[in-house]
Amino acid sequence: MSAVIENHHDDHHHGPAKGLTRWLYTTNHKDIGTLYLWFSFAMFLIGGAMALVIRAELFQPGMQIVEPEFYNQMITLHGLIMIFGGVMPAFVGLANWLVPMMIGAPDMALPRMNNLSFWILPFAFFILLSSLFMEGGAPNFGWTFYAPLSTTYAPPSVTFFIFSVHIMGASSIMGAINVVVTIMNMRAPGVTLMKMPLFVWSWLITAYLLIAVMPVLAGAVTMMLMDIHFGTSFFNAAGGGDPVLFQHIFWFFGHPEVYIMILPAFGIVSHIIETFSRKQLFGYSSMVWAMLSIAILSFVVWAHHMFTVGLPLAAELFFMWATMLIAVPTGVKVFNWVATMFKGSLTFETPMLFAIAFVVLFTIGGLSGLMLAIVPADFQYHDTYFVVAHFHYVLVPGAIFSIMAAVYYWIPKWSGNMYDERLGKLHFWLSFIGVNVTFFPQHFIGLAGMPRRYPDYALQFADWNMVSSVGAFLFGVSQILFLFIVVKTVMGGKKATDQVWEGARGLEWTVASPAPYHTFTTPPKVD
Amino acid sequence: MSLKYFHNLHLKIFSALFVFASPMHADWFALNMTRGVTDISNEVFELHMLIFWICVVIGVVVFSVMFYSMYAHTKKKNPVAASFHENHKLEIAWTIVPFLILIAMAVPASKTLVKIYDDEAGDVNIQVTGYQWKWQYNYLEDDISFFSNLSTDMDEINNLVPKGEHYLQEVDEMVVIPAGKKVRFLITANDVIHSWWMPAFAIKQDAIPGFVNTAWTKVDKPGVYRGKCTELCGKNHGFMPIVVKVVEQEEYNQWVDEKKQAAIKMAELTTKDWTAQELVERGESVYAVNCVACHQTNGQGIPGIFPALAGSDIVMNQKDKNIEILMEGVQGAAMNSFSYLSEVELAAVITYTRQSWGNAENGDGEIVVPKDIVDYKKPKI
Repeated sequence: MSAVIENHHDDHHHGPAKGLTRWLYTTNHKDIGTLYLWFSFAMFLIGGAMALVIRAELFQPGMQIVEPEFYNQMITLHGLIMIFGGVMPAFVGLANWLVPMMIGAPDMALPRMNNLSFWILPFAFFILLSSLFMEGGAPNFGWTFYAPLSTTYAPPSVTFFIFSVHIMGASSIMGAINVVVTIMNMRAPGVTLMKMPLFVWSWLITAYLLIAVMPVLAGAVTMMLMDIHFGTSFFNAAGGGDPVLFQHIFWFFGHPEVYIMILPAFGIVSHIIETFSRKQLFGYSSMVWAMLSIAILSFVVWAHHMFTVGLPLAAELFFMWATMLIAVPTGVKVFNWVATMFKGSLTFETPMLFAIAFVVLFTIGGLSGLMLAIVPADFQYHDTYFVVAHFHYVLVPGAIFSIMAAVYYWIPKWSGNMYDERLGKLHFWLSFIGVNVTFFPQHFIGLAGMPRRYPDYALQFADWNMVSSVGAFLFGVSQILFLFIVVKTVMGGKKATDQVWEGARGLEWTVASPAPYHTFTTPPKVD
Repeated sequence: MSLKYFHNLHLKIFSALFVFASPMHADWFALNMTRGVTDISNEVFELHMLIFWICVVIGVVVFSVMFYSMYAHTKKKNPVAASFHENHKLEIAWTIVPFLILIAMAVPASKTLVKIYDDEAGDVNIQVTGYQWKWQYNYLEDDISFFSNLSTDMDEINNLVPKGEHYLQEVDEMVVIPAGKKVRFLITANDVIHSWWMPAFAIKQDAIPGFVNTAWTKVDKPGVYRGKCTELCGKNHGFMPIVVKVVEQEEYNQWVDEKKQAAIKMAELTTKDWTAQELVERGESVYAVNCVACHQTNGQGIPGIFPALAGSDIVMNQKDKNIEILMEGVQGAAMNSFSYLSEVELAAVITYTRQSWGNAENGDGEIVVPKDIVDYKKPKI
């Protein structure tokens, strides 16, 4: 008996277990971070393949490849998979890897819950994707699943969709609680709140947003479930319910959700710009306050997604002004990044290229967001490709570029090897061109009058749709190169130093590369 | 201007190369919002351009500083980075200045919005109802009511024949409104949420079951204006366009009279003696417009979503139940009440389904005549 205990004791100190069980049973924040990152990459490819089905159909007017019914399933699953399977788990993966190392903690505060929150995710997406093979097809009501299209008029698979969203929600809430508890309790002595790296700050705020709004989403889908199976009429006008209520609830979740997908990006980009400018961030405290302001404002702007539902004038005015106000803290962040680069000593390694592209293209997405806030103009923009262009500009060269930047920036620390700089730059340029060729023309298509979620379109939209589709395939194919670069780096390559980057600062750069399986088992000393 | 579409990719690329030389392919220039034809739509356009240029200026200023840094402050040119950080004056400035710019945008936007939000009754009031996947228009003063369906041929959509100039932007019956009069639309829906968008009038209002939203317009220039449904409403969301025809008052009055005459004629048809053959012929076109999207041309439906009519016991043997389903819809399913169709149309379409796909041979083969529908509608004691 005692031998068994000793054996266990030894394992704990020697590093990871062998084989598949290492990944199934792991409670190590680095292992779980890796699982999250690979999972999100797999989802990114699946969601991306769906985007390519969409763009292939839209390459020319007329129905060529899919039926409208299947097209609607593709737009729905593309959105759900990219948001809940691609972007969110990637950020959770980064948080797992980085938060403990950045605050000098040995691991996440709740390691077993950490394991659980990851391992329920594959089931959620297995259920969601299996709906493609069910009678009646997959969910086809858009990722925003407005009732009653998603209730009375939904295919039978909607029940599986609801279950899957519940699991994703539970996973996110557990992940968020873990981040909050870790940051609040496990900072090394001397790491005060206002000394925390910005990525940690951004995740602390994100985690609170998640805890606040994921239960609201769970409430929305539960009400749908009740309407569908248990005879209630929350969203059914014929039974005295209110279809607009659904939208209020959904967007009360949905708008903070947008910031959940961008705040961690703010943190990442701040670190990268600082490092490759070899200069201290211009305004640390104003960055923290800007993120807090954005997070708080995100709770009072939800109805700007609903300007055309027939809100009273007073509500339209309030939500317009509140939304415009978000431009102020967002501007502060952009100005800070520019001021940090100003008079720095800049080099342009791959992470920096992605970070700079992030600042430029995210700003373009932010500016089109400001245009969308103007209610009378929104009557023309709403639900057109202008909106599609806007949110893809903040999500693809925004959130996703920041994730790619983060991978290039920290992969030497994770794997101990430098990535191939030449290939990294090639990947950047292909992605950068692909993203812009795909999404910039969508501004034109939208302003000229093409609604979103259309499987077919009038002839005046043909030219730019074709350009957009070409760009999408370029962007899609480039991501295979990304996969290749990451695999190549993990397999071998030039050994990374501990600090990796000349300008890098922070606790994670003080440990060896690759980071040992257990770091900071005794807290570091921080002044 | 030709909107001719090339199927051939080589031709397409060829045309792309010469686009700027040739006025034939004006769609490369479909880059911006159009002004539209009403005072409001013009104001919205001006607002859009104002904000657009403000955003361009902000973008140019910010990116210029950034690109200058990327050019002048590289490690090569500036091996040692400056050490400045935090400057309260600068930070206050870049908070206050954007705030002032925002106020400059919010003031005109709010003013225009107040103008748009005028729900006084119009000279003409039209109730607009969204259906999966068509629009219904009820003229409240004149008791005119009709449906407006996409009229583009399925063969054009399926790339079997060349696409027409107004591909996907044409309907079997246009909404007609008088020029120079205030027209108010009362917008609602019968099944799921739709959205009624007419870019030329800068109107976009969601059509929501259980709600009535209002929008108004006053168009001075006669013409045909084309819009679309902008809220995902199911399979044929992209195939329920809106076409409004603005005509002079005189022509409008004439149109109203014609519509009223047609309604009287329809009433006469109800009392006529119908043969099965006549009903089937008429029913086929009713089916093609109202039923085919779900139940399919072959009556097989889509397994798991839309039930088959071919071989259905109700359609073959239960005449009364069959009428009841069309009149009342099916609770909790996508099948809505079609009681808004005329008695003739209902009788014709039911007879058509009862006579097609072998249903007559396998079932009782009974037909339904308009009088059956009239009887169904009589209050039951």
